[in-house]
Amino acid sequence: MNMSRHHISVTVNGNKREADVDSRTLLVHFIRETLGLTGTHIGCDTSNCGACTVILDGKAVKSCTILAVQAEGKEMLTVEGLAKDGKLHPVQEGFWEKHGLQCGFCTPGMLMTSYWLLQKNPNPTEEEIRRGISGNLCRCTGYVKIVEAVQYAAQKMRQPEAPVPAR
Amino acid sequence: MISKESIIASLNNVGPNTLYELSKRLILLIPASFDYVAPRTLDEGVKFLEKQGDDAKVLAGGHSLIPLLRFRLASPKYLVDINRIVGLEYIRESDGYLHIGSLTRYADVEASQLIQSKYQVLSDAAGHIADPLVRNMGTVGGNICHSDPANDLPATMLALGASMVALGSSGERVIPAEQFFVDTFQTALKLTELLKEIRVPVPSAHTGSAYMKLERRVGDFPIVGVAAQVKLNAQGICENVGLGLTAAGPKALKPKGAEASLRGKKPGEKEIREAANLAAQDAQPVSDLRGPAEYKREMIRVLTVRALQRALERARGGT
Amino acid sequence: MAVEAPVIHEMGHAIKRKEDPRFIQGHGNYVDDIKLPGMLHLDFVRSTYAHAKITRINAEKALAHPGVLAVVTGKDLEAAGLAWMPTLMNDKQMVLPTDTVVYQGQEVAGVVAEDRYAAADGVALVEVEYESLPVVVDPRKALEPGAPVVRPDKNTNAVFHWEAGDKQAVDKTFKEADVVVKQDLYYPRIHVSYMETIGCVAQFDSIAGKLTMWMTTQAPHAVRTVASLVTHIPENKIRIVSPDIGGGFGGKVYVYPGYVVAAVASIKTGRPVKYINDRSEDHQSTAFGRDWYMTAELAAKRDGRILGLRINTTSDHGAFFGDANPSKFPAGLFSICTGSYDMKAAYAEVNGAHTNKPPGGITYRCSFRVTEAAYAIERIVDILAHKLNMDPAELRKKNFVPADKFPYKSALGWSYDSGNYQAAMDKALKKIGYAELRKEQEEKRKRGELMGIGISSFTEIVGAGPANTFDILGLKMFDSCEIRIHPTGTAIARFGTKSQGQGHETTYAQIISEELGLPVDAITVEEGDTDTAPYGLGTYASRSTPTAGAAAAMASRKIQAKAKKIAAYLLEAREEDLVWERGKFFVKGSPDKAKTIQDIAFAAYTNHPPDLEAGLEAVHYYNPPNMTFPFGTYVCVVDIDRGTGEVKVRRFLAVDDCGNIINPLIVEGQIHGALAMGFGTAFMEEIKYDSDGNQLGGNFMDYLIPTAVETPRWETDKTVTPSPHHPFGAKGVGESATVGSPAAYVNAVVDALSHLGVTHVDMPLHPWRVWQILKDKGVAL
Repeated sequence: MNMSRHHISVTVNGNKREADVDSRTLLVHFIRETLGLTGTHIGCDTSNCGACTVILDGKAVKSCTILAVQAEGKEMLTVEGLAKDGKLHPVQEGFWEKHGLQCGFCTPGMLMTSYWLLQKNPNPTEEEIRRGISGNLCRCTGYVKIVEAVQYAAQKMRQPEAPVPAR
Repeated sequence: MISKESIIASLNNVGPNTLYELSKRLILLIPASFDYVAPRTLDEGVKFLEKQGDDAKVLAGGHSLIPLLRFRLASPKYLVDINRIVGLEYIRESDGYLHIGSLTRYADVEASQLIQSKYQVLSDAAGHIADPLVRNMGTVGGNICHSDPANDLPATMLALGASMVALGSSGERVIPAEQFFVDTFQTALKLTELLKEIRVPVPSAHTGSAYMKLERRVGDFPIVGVAAQVKLNAQGICENVGLGLTAAGPKALKPKGAEASLRGKKPGEKEIREAANLAAQDAQPVSDLRGPAEYKREMIRVLTVRALQRALERARGGT
Repeated sequence: MAVEAPVIHEMGHAIKRKEDPRFIQGHGNYVDDIKLPGMLHLDFVRSTYAHAKITRINAEKALAHPGVLAVVTGKDLEAAGLAWMPTLMNDKQMVLPTDTVVYQGQEVAGVVAEDRYAAADGVALVEVEYESLPVVVDPRKALEPGAPVVRPDKNTNAVFHWEAGDKQAVDKTFKEADVVVKQDLYYPRIHVSYMETIGCVAQFDSIAGKLTMWMTTQAPHAVRTVASLVTHIPENKIRIVSPDIGGGFGGKVYVYPGYVVAAVASIKTGRPVKYINDRSEDHQSTAFGRDWYMTAELAAKRDGRILGLRINTTSDHGAFFGDANPSKFPAGLFSICTGSYDMKAAYAEVNGAHTNKPPGGITYRCSFRVTEAAYAIERIVDILAHKLNMDPAELRKKNFVPADKFPYKSALGWSYDSGNYQAAMDKALKKIGYAELRKEQEEKRKRGELMGIGISSFTEIVGAGPANTFDILGLKMFDSCEIRIHPTGTAIARFGTKSQGQGHETTYAQIISEELGLPVDAITVEEGDTDTAPYGLGTYASRSTPTAGAAAAMASRKIQAKAKKIAAYLLEAREEDLVWERGKFFVKGSPDKAKTIQDIAFAAYTNHPPDLEAGLEAVHYYNPPNMTFPFGTYVCVVDIDRGTGEVKVRRFLAVDDCGNIINPLIVEGQIHGALAMGFGTAFMEEIKYDSDGNQLGGNFMDYLIPTAVETPRWETDKTVTPSPHHPFGAKGVGESATVGSPAAYVNAVVDALSHLGVTHVDMPLHPWRVWQILKDKGVAL
């Protein structure tokens, strides 16, 4: 049995993608180079910066510290999958409205972490937001506007939808 | 191939917990080639290790191992990914123990109501390891088996008087935390064994615990950390004390003199200070970027006071 | 002198950024996102020694590894005359060493392979043998007799000696003084740590003979010219493209050896070659900032009136003098060190030294060494206040250059364009509640609690610069804008600068919108492609708005002038009878019969006056008449944990004045970001070396930059004192807060400890460093 090459199948932003990967291929390289989804970035090599954050089976993780082969059979969401039907996700809107980005390099990771954070905690305090994004480094914004962006998104996501008909 | 021993030896050459010290000399951020296997059961995993243990590394959360691979400080022939093994992620109380499956993620420990209510030292510690993204992947078993003296959970397990349940081809064996941590990056676990679970004795009433961690910056490894658990009797006398020190020596340390000094006493300011002094005496910190040894030793003292105070508050019914 | 603010229309609005939609949807185009058919990867073997002779390089095993195509060494480059390259400071730098390495992490050999994994394997297989040489890492020791000489091609470590000011006049002020203070200050070595590491993709088209480089550069045109001069490839056959850049902060002004090797590899292999630094490589080999040892002295009267300033500095430049300073300023604009204070005389001296460290110096939102200058003056002024037992705010007010003295000629020769320092300070003190904070501090001290308030009232100098004094390698530091209005009334504008996150696509469009009345969305802004953009010196040192922003206004005005001719033709009126109201011309008294800029644009291509050229476009190369001098007052409040020495920044207020503001949202963002960088410098960032030259801050584990948790919740406010010489009264702002804030943090911590007799603590203010003081003073818990 060949244990150095593996055929994997991953659902990426709703689409099933298959490829052969080496054992050592890092998930982030698989995403960027094999899948061609370059929105996920690489900012460091020690699992510190979070630029490579994606959602894997519902959890925000650092794709530089996971092997591609580990993603076999899993569902993955990258920044390219956030907007739906031509509409921005509220976190994307928040970052745009509140000037939560400058150079844009940390932004995809920040967005994915914020997305996950709000799934887990729809009404976070400022402290919870700050702790929540502490695994994502930003060098441009000084974070205050990122916090405001997440607050904006939280507010937007809490706005009640049209009433759901009773069963 | 670099053996586990040679990695340890090379790391020991430059002092404890110094992947980072060494990595500065090696700038290679792509792992060397290896073979990958993902057993589906514990037995399958153990069988593979039995066959290839010397050439294999176990991959759990990966947040210590994958950086080691990337820096090529570890170049195993086989990577045994245990994440596909079903039934290793659990937190439950039974038979007088809290059982934590070795693959349980930090985030799940942090979020566990059970742990927050009775094992606060564990939720304190798990909730402050690295950052939220790392905590989504990192596992309790991995943290312990890596035996990095700067990891937070070894000291926590020492304070809690936990035991590790190892599984090998000849069955299970239970290793008390004190015997489990052998040295920097070295545990009592054999190369052919897998860690199955961690057992923590269920605390009796009037028990409280806390973890105090001093960091240069959130997400950094601690300058030092102190774990404490205190059990009081109905009169407020200290019946039992468990302490554990992080980043205070070549491995997580259990300052026994400090523990003993509190037993049978009503812990007031003076007693706490005395215990903290004894804990600081046991510490063997080294100078590095996080501070001079003298500072770290003093911080063991300061944090021991704070951890004990918090643990006592909790034992007395506060939060 | 009162300055009248130009009217603001489309400028002054906090509109959302035009560039953001691509970034928030993962469609930015950074250099590592570029993938070309047949592209190879380049990775480097780097020196494990800080100083050593290379005795042998054996690439056999690497070359035998599958996927490895070539291993390039200094000897290979030497044969092509490319083993060395010029630096921006007229020094030269090794591309790859032929026999000696001079810092740890230096590129030793390039491995070219089919993909980045194979390249890394190749790097691991190249065997290099070294014979170690003596190392010097402290610039003060490097200048002592008998120190190891860093450079194989030089016989001294001295880089330059630079002086400014009247030494005798300063000596005289010290004789006249009632009180003199003196302090040694170390400004630690830091790394800019942009989130995107440096890199390039080189593609040589052998048929066309053309080299295209996509490169993380802040100054693409300068790179093209230098590349042409060095390689003798004609300049029209070199195209430099700066794609989206993930932060620069000065660190991406430099030309790095890897770029040259990538170009050579592409020429040799005939295939595109990508080179991207790993974070660890980046930290260990790319440009640093600071590393200045200063001794500052202040002479004053008993009433607090400052008479004179003297500063002696030793600066570390690493192995090659590769700063990106203007040519005539080897110590940058350090002579701004008299800051916001009116004094008789000042004298500054800087001695530059080579050490066994990577080259660099000017990086990190530093305004060409203004960070060090502002830190020195704002620290020593506080020390004087302490010595005189005066409130540091009062002492500052007493010495501020008064608002009615502008334009003000400083003791070291700068002509400050405009300022109102007292107004900024008053606003800051009132807003933060200074008097109440002092009261609280007094009460806390009685209880043994440590709280401090730090002030910094800095003056910046940005917008390089006037062509008669400012050049880089002889290239004058103008900047440019070219605008073309399309027939249907939309436009494209191209610039010689290059945004790395500053939001040029939005602010430049706002300037043109202001000037021509076109909607912002109708204006496309492009930068960074040397084949299309007008020549410019690039974006750094807060110069884009003062130079290229001004060029945008001037080019717009040229277009407006032509538009007026067309409008006169269309309205059958005389030009002098026309009135311009934003976006349209009409005959005085007949606003209902206006010709809009869109009408005029269409006519420029369809119905223009017979005696006028068709089209509606203009280019302008703007040569600023002076620098601009932004300023502000920052106040920081800290609490210190007596047990651990940890410092908590409770509040931080920044009152900035950068003249007229184009986009308040973007300006606030710039200030926030720079405050966070200053915070990092003050509290955690430092690249240290051991005595063997091993770098101790070589990745994001060891080198800490702030996270959202520690970073304070910034409070900001502003005063507006327009620049009188800038076309729309703006000044630069990108670096104000990195320049101004470090002193505020340190002053706050020292203030918390001042009653114990503490006058100074060096950065970074690590917990252990503060704790050591607490212990020495007997107040550690």
